[in-house]
Amino acid sequence: MTETKTIIEKIWDQHIVRQEYGKPDLLYIDLHLVHEVTSPQAFEGLRVSGRKVRRPDLTLGTVDHNVPTTDRTLPNPDPLSTKQIEVMQANCKEFRVPLWDIFDIRQGIVHIISPEHGITQPGMTIVCGDSHTSTHGAFGSIAFGIGTSEVEHVLATQTLPQLYPKTMSVEVTGELHPGVTAKDVTLAVIRETGVDGGVGHIIEYRGEAIRNLSMEGRMTLCNMTIEGGARAGLVAPDETTFEYLKDREYAPQGDEWGAAVEAWSALTTDDGATFDQYVTLNGADIAPHVTWGTTPAQSVAVTDRVPSPEDAVSASAKETAERSLVYMDLQAGTPIADIAIDRVFIGSCTNGRIEDLRAAAETISGMKVADGVGAMVVPGSGLVKQQAEEEGLDVIFKNAGFEWRDPGCSMCLGMNPDILLPGERCASTSNRNFEGRQGAGGRTHLVSPQMAAAAAVAGHFVDIREFNA
Amino acid sequence: MKVVKQVSGNAFPLNRADVDTDQIIPKQFLKRIERTGYGEFAFFDWRKDADFVTNQPAYAGAPIMLAQQNFGCGSSREHAVWALDDMGIEAVIAPSFGDIFRNNSSKVGLLTIQLPQEDVDYLMSRAEELPSSEINIDLQSQTVSVGSDWVREFEVDPFVKHRLLNGLDDIGLTLENEEDITTFEATRDGLKPDTSPALESATKMG
Repeated sequence: MTETKTIIEKIWDQHIVRQEYGKPDLLYIDLHLVHEVTSPQAFEGLRVSGRKVRRPDLTLGTVDHNVPTTDRTLPNPDPLSTKQIEVMQANCKEFRVPLWDIFDIRQGIVHIISPEHGITQPGMTIVCGDSHTSTHGAFGSIAFGIGTSEVEHVLATQTLPQLYPKTMSVEVTGELHPGVTAKDVTLAVIRETGVDGGVGHIIEYRGEAIRNLSMEGRMTLCNMTIEGGARAGLVAPDETTFEYLKDREYAPQGDEWGAAVEAWSALTTDDGATFDQYVTLNGADIAPHVTWGTTPAQSVAVTDRVPSPEDAVSASAKETAERSLVYMDLQAGTPIADIAIDRVFIGSCTNGRIEDLRAAAETISGMKVADGVGAMVVPGSGLVKQQAEEEGLDVIFKNAGFEWRDPGCSMCLGMNPDILLPGERCASTSNRNFEGRQGAGGRTHLVSPQMAAAAAVAGHFVDIREFNA
Repeated sequence: MKVVKQVSGNAFPLNRADVDTDQIIPKQFLKRIERTGYGEFAFFDWRKDADFVTNQPAYAGAPIMLAQQNFGCGSSREHAVWALDDMGIEAVIAPSFGDIFRNNSSKVGLLTIQLPQEDVDYLMSRAEELPSSEINIDLQSQTVSVGSDWVREFEVDPFVKHRLLNGLDDIGLTLENEEDITTFEATRDGLKPDTSPALESATKMG
């Protein structure tokens, strides 16, 4: 009998450089993405030890975390950010690493630029010093975030010692209702598994509802895998994947295209292969979600109320919920639709792609942002911004009263001037509602782009399924 | 890398679950280009509360931190480990850890010790009641002990243990097998993307 394998095991096994009893596997890394915040100490480490970047041709750099999203031709008021960007430029030059720099149209959030150029492809191993590297799993790759010591390791050796992962099947059956997006699916999954349910695992997302997601939807889904504790999550490549990749600049061209598709098509989980854990959700049961607390697992349907800590499953969950409600300044039992917001942020590696901007623009076309609400759109990359402007989306947003910014991570983590003020409440398409994530004292509610756009107009959360009805 | 064998001393009882790396070191401190000097900014927002555990003089200088499940979840920032290390923390004991944080800790020499919930609860309440109470951690025997009666074993990846006990540099170890990497590269699928065309001159923005 031949051995059956999951797609995770197939990709892993294809990348083992060295395997030794009692040691982690030495894994080859096909692509290393580098940005300004988690790499300076790694490049410095290379310099100190006299090492080179082994494969600059498998490495790509950009600046995204602390770039301003306002006019970049003006002096950057933050000297530390300026220094970090300059150090990135100098390091890439010294080590011959390609860099899509601050004035390059290809600049953008690291997890958006690689897929949009066709650099992210099925069957690869991809790492980056950023936990949302899991995004690239949408193409059927093993992609995971690493720390700076590991960044240095990959720069020096193009490999990483890694323990063989456990595997987890997350199946979403059936069809999603209109207005329910990949963001709602991922929030529903994390609510089910908890923020640590995936620790030690790589997830394969499967089932009809997943198959029916676009590539950009799959990226949103895989992006937030880390919020459930798993370092990587992937979707097996299929026609949707191939269609997205065909003719992109870095995708195989000509005769190589057919050979590549044939190889990629073998990347599926064999019948009979087993996972260490299984989670199943019915797509038809998923409603638009809104987080109410300070972890991504603390979410409910928009039609629900803020839950009571008394209903928590454990004493520790109760304590966490109580702390969350205090921080978020919410009362248990409040209908989600009654929560008024001050700010709206549409963007990030989770929801800063063209389909996200289209969906948000379509939702609020011809409407106005509510009085007292500050709303901004930050495209994920220079190319997303350009495409949106060609389609006139910028005009829809600006007419509605949104600010239209330049690409970067922006208010997802607030390393640049885009931050919430203490006490401000934000409907955000980003990935983390941690305390202070978007600015000290700021209160973040995670939602889909449509839900964020509708909230901007209404001034409070609304059920998107009824908003445009 | 430094050699890590034993840690002995009292412990900060940080009795919270899901302590994310944004709390350990907030983003405004990630703009530095050094590996050192993060300790004074650790738990920056939580420290504004005078009662926060790291502000209590009874725990000053404790080399161990106790926390609840999923410690170090969220962002991959190794700065979180550098910050704990810089404030003198040599080991964190919790029922579970975020994967990336745990991995990063193993590269820096910060011990992440996973114990069952009931054992963490015991150590936590003991540290809360008696701030000076000492915990002893021994990596060689993989034990955590309090006095001579209370001894618990913990799991550690054998390779990580070997590296920590001997202070071995991960990259140096990998490069001992550089031939294997070269051999692998020679047989690697030629269809995989190559980023070198990206070195082309930048297109200016509008």
